[in-house]
Amino acid sequence: MATHPTHEYDVIVIGAGGAGLRAAIESAAQGARTALICKSLLGKAHTVMAEGGAAAALGNVWPEDNWKVHFRDTMRGGKLINNWRMVELFAKEAPDRILELEEWGAVFDRTKDGLISQRDFGGHRYARLAHVGDRTGLEIIRTLQYKLIYLGVDVFMEYTITRLLTDAGRIAGAFGYRRDTGEYQVFKTKAAVLATGGFGKTWKYTSMSWESTGDGIALALEAGADLIDMEMVQFHPTGMVWPPGARGILVTEGVRGDGGVLRNKDGARFMFAHVPEFFRAETADSEAEADRWHEDKKNRRPPELLPRDEVTRAIYAEVKAGRGSPHGGVFLDIASRRSAEYIQKRLPSMYHQFMELAGVDITKDPMEVYPTCHYSMGGIRVDAETEAATVPGLFAAGEIAGGLHGANRLGGNSMTDIVVFGRRAGAGAAQYAKGLASIPSPSGDAIQDAAREMDAPFAATGGESPFTLQAELQEAMQEHVGIYRDAAGLRAGLAKIEALKARAARVKVDGPREYNPGWHATRDLVSMLAVAEAVTRSAIERTETRGGHSRTDFPKTDAQLGKVNLVTRRREGALAIERVPIPPMPAELMQLLEEKG
Amino acid sequence: MKSGQQVTLRVWRGDRRGGGFKEYTVPQTEGMVVLDALRAAQATQAPDMGIRWNCKAGKCGSCSAEVNGHPVLTCMTRLAELHEEGPVTVAPLKTFPVIKDLVTDVSWNYEKAKEIPPFAPRPKDPDGKRRMYQEDVDRVQEFRKCIECFLCQNVCHVIRDHPENKPAFAGPRFFVHLAALEMHPWDTADRVDLIKQDAGIGFCNITKCCTEVCPENIRITDNAIIPLKERVVDRHYDPVLWLWRKVTGRAT
Repeated sequence: MATHPTHEYDVIVIGAGGAGLRAAIESAAQGARTALICKSLLGKAHTVMAEGGAAAALGNVWPEDNWKVHFRDTMRGGKLINNWRMVELFAKEAPDRILELEEWGAVFDRTKDGLISQRDFGGHRYARLAHVGDRTGLEIIRTLQYKLIYLGVDVFMEYTITRLLTDAGRIAGAFGYRRDTGEYQVFKTKAAVLATGGFGKTWKYTSMSWESTGDGIALALEAGADLIDMEMVQFHPTGMVWPPGARGILVTEGVRGDGGVLRNKDGARFMFAHVPEFFRAETADSEAEADRWHEDKKNRRPPELLPRDEVTRAIYAEVKAGRGSPHGGVFLDIASRRSAEYIQKRLPSMYHQFMELAGVDITKDPMEVYPTCHYSMGGIRVDAETEAATVPGLFAAGEIAGGLHGANRLGGNSMTDIVVFGRRAGAGAAQYAKGLASIPSPSGDAIQDAAREMDAPFAATGGESPFTLQAELQEAMQEHVGIYRDAAGLRAGLAKIEALKARAARVKVDGPREYNPGWHATRDLVSMLAVAEAVTRSAIERTETRGGHSRTDFPKTDAQLGKVNLVTRRREGALAIERVPIPPMPAELMQLLEEKG
Repeated sequence: MKSGQQVTLRVWRGDRRGGGFKEYTVPQTEGMVVLDALRAAQATQAPDMGIRWNCKAGKCGSCSAEVNGHPVLTCMTRLAELHEEGPVTVAPLKTFPVIKDLVTDVSWNYEKAKEIPPFAPRPKDPDGKRRMYQEDVDRVQEFRKCIECFLCQNVCHVIRDHPENKPAFAGPRFFVHLAALEMHPWDTADRVDLIKQDAGIGFCNITKCCTEVCPENIRITDNAIIPLKERVVDRHYDPVLWLWRKVTGRAT
C-alpha cells in the first residue's frame, strides 16, 4: 500500500472563510493543536464577497434595539422553522462577536459619536448592520486572517479534502490532495470542523464564488451525518443581469437599505402590490410613508425591504407578467433618490462593479437586476450549543450548517452567523478532542479506497469532460429547482441528476497531477451532485411555499409543515428524508414573537 | 472587437522547468472578460490549464496575470477594452515562481505577513466603549480595501528584477498593511524600526508603479509609503533627536 504524507492534529478545520477562521482561532486559543485546510489561498474565500454588513443589536443608532428584537426579526424572516435555540444564542452573542472583531483591528464605519455605525437592511426592524461601505466581508475575513497567523495554527492552502475518515463511527481523519503537486495527503485528527460554505455553484446563475460547490455536504453525507432543510435555498432578489458573463453577480441589499427602490418598465414601485399578509401590518402602504422610514423608524418599513424571499417572488412575478427591463430583469434605482456623492461613499464596490463590468454609472442610471442563487439556509444538522453534527467528532459552522436561518435568511445575519457559530464550533471541537478517552485511527483500507476514487478519472476511457457535466447540472438545477418549483419539474430534475451521476462515474481527465483544474472539477462534480440530489429530494417532500422554497403547485404555507424540519441522510447508499418535529419553544421566547411591530 | 466574433488567446503554458505560449480560439460574447475567455478555453480545449480564480467579481484578488504585458485582474478586464491588435497574450505574474501555467507561488507574501507585529489596541474608554471618528479612519479604510491580489508586489522593480532583495523587503502590499496599522487610532505598537530595517522601505524610490496597477485605486505611494518614509526619517535622521539620543542615551 502506498503511504502518503500524514499530518496529526487534535482539530482540523476544513474551509477558511469567516466561520473556518473563527473556529480555528478558538480551537487554538483553547489549546488544541489545530490545522486549517482550504481549497484556495488564505483570505480568498467566499466571505470576501459579503457586502452589506453584519447584523448585531448594538443599539448604536437605535437605542431601542436589543437581542429580543433581533431574535424576533430572524425567526419571522425564517418563517419560524429556525432552530430557535440557535437564534437565541445568535442574537444574544452577536454584539460581543462584532466588538471582538473591532478589538482585533476591524475598522467599521462610524457614527457621529465615534461608535460603530449601523445600516438598514430587509427584515430588520432597526438599522442593525455594522458595515464598512459595501465591502464588509473583506474587512471581516482580513481581520480574522491577521488574527490567526500569529496563533500557531498550521495553514494548508490549496488543499482539497475529498473524504472524512472514521473509526467505529467517530471522526478519525481526512483524506485529500494538494493542488500544486497533486500529491495525496492524510490528516489524522480527533475532531473535524466543516466550514466549507455554501453550494450555489450547483446553479447556473449565482452570486457565489468558484469554491461554493458544497464539499461539506458530500463529506458529511458520506460520513453518515444528517442534513436539515436542504430545500431552503435563497435566491437573492438583486443579481446583475447584463452582460452575460456578469449575470448573477450580487448587487447588495444595501442599495435598497440606503434608499434605492425597485421599478418595473413602467417606472412603478411595484413592491407595494406584493406585500404578503404575514408582513402587512409592519410594511408601509404609501411611497411617502416608506420614504419617511429612512429618517424616522416610527414609520413602517418600505416594501422594498421585505425579507428576500418576498422580494424575489415579486420580481419573478413582474418579469413573468411582461413588465421587466430590456434584459429580462427589473430596475433598481438609487440614482434618482440619492446624491452621487452619497452613492459613491456608501456603495463604492457597486459603483465600481457596474462601471467596470457593464459600463453603467449607477449615480446616473438605474441598474438592471434579477434574482440570483445566493445562500443555502439548509445544511448540516448541528447541536445549537456546540455545533456538533450527528457523527461524533464532526462539527459544522457557517453556511454549511443548517438551522439558524430557517426557511429564509435575513441580510446581514450571515456575517454574524460565521463569527458566533465559528467560535462555538471551534470550542466544541477542542473540548471534544480534549475529552476523548482513546485516539481514533483511520483504516488503511479507507485511505486506499479514497486514493483509488481520485485516481479513477485518469484511468477512465471514453468518458466525458467534467466541465460539460457541471454545466449540464447547473442548467438542470436552474430549470427545475430554481425560484419556483413544482412536482413534475422536480421529478424531471431528479431524473437528470440520476443520469448525470451515472455519467460522472466515467468522467475522464488527462494531463499531469500538478495544478490540473480538470481533475479538480471531477471532485467538485461529486460534491455538486450530492447537493443537487439532496436539495431536489427535500424540495419534493416539502409540499408548500415557505421562505426560499416556492411551489407553484402548493402556493400557500402549510401549518403542519411549519412544525417540522426535513432531515436528509444517506443510508445503505440511498438518500432518505424524514420529517422531524421542531421542539416546542419556551414561553418567554414565544412571547417575543407575538410582540407587534 | 464585437460580439459574435472569435477571440484568440496566447496563453503561457508550462511549469518550473519551462514552457511557452499556446493559442486558443473561443467565441466572444458581449461584455466578456479575459477570465471568461480563459475558462472557455479550459472547458473546451485545455482542461488541465492551470488558472487560479475564485470570486470572479474583483473582490478576492486570485486571478492576477499579465494581459498584453499589463498586470491586471483577469476577471475585471473586458476584452472589448483591450487596445492592442491581434491575439490576447496572457502570462503569469513575473515576480513569483511559476507552479503551472498561469498559477504562481505567492507564498513569499504570506511569509512576509507574519513578520509584521500584530494590531495592539490601547485600553477601552472609561465607560467600557471604544470610540474613533470617521475622519480619523478614512485613511485607514482606504488601506483596508486591499484585496491582496499582489499586483503591486508583482510590478515593484525592487523585487521584480532583483529576487535577491526579497528577504530584506516587504513590498508595497505590506507597506499598505503597515500604514493601516500605524495610522489606526487605537494602535500602540511601534513598527518604525521594522519599517526601516526588516521591511526595507529605503529600497523604494517612489516610482509609483504599484499605485498605477492597484485595482482598488489605493494611493499606495502617496498615502502609505511616503508617510511611512517620513516616520522613519523623523526617528532616525532628525538631527535634534539624534543629538538628544546621543546626550541622554535614551531612545526616542
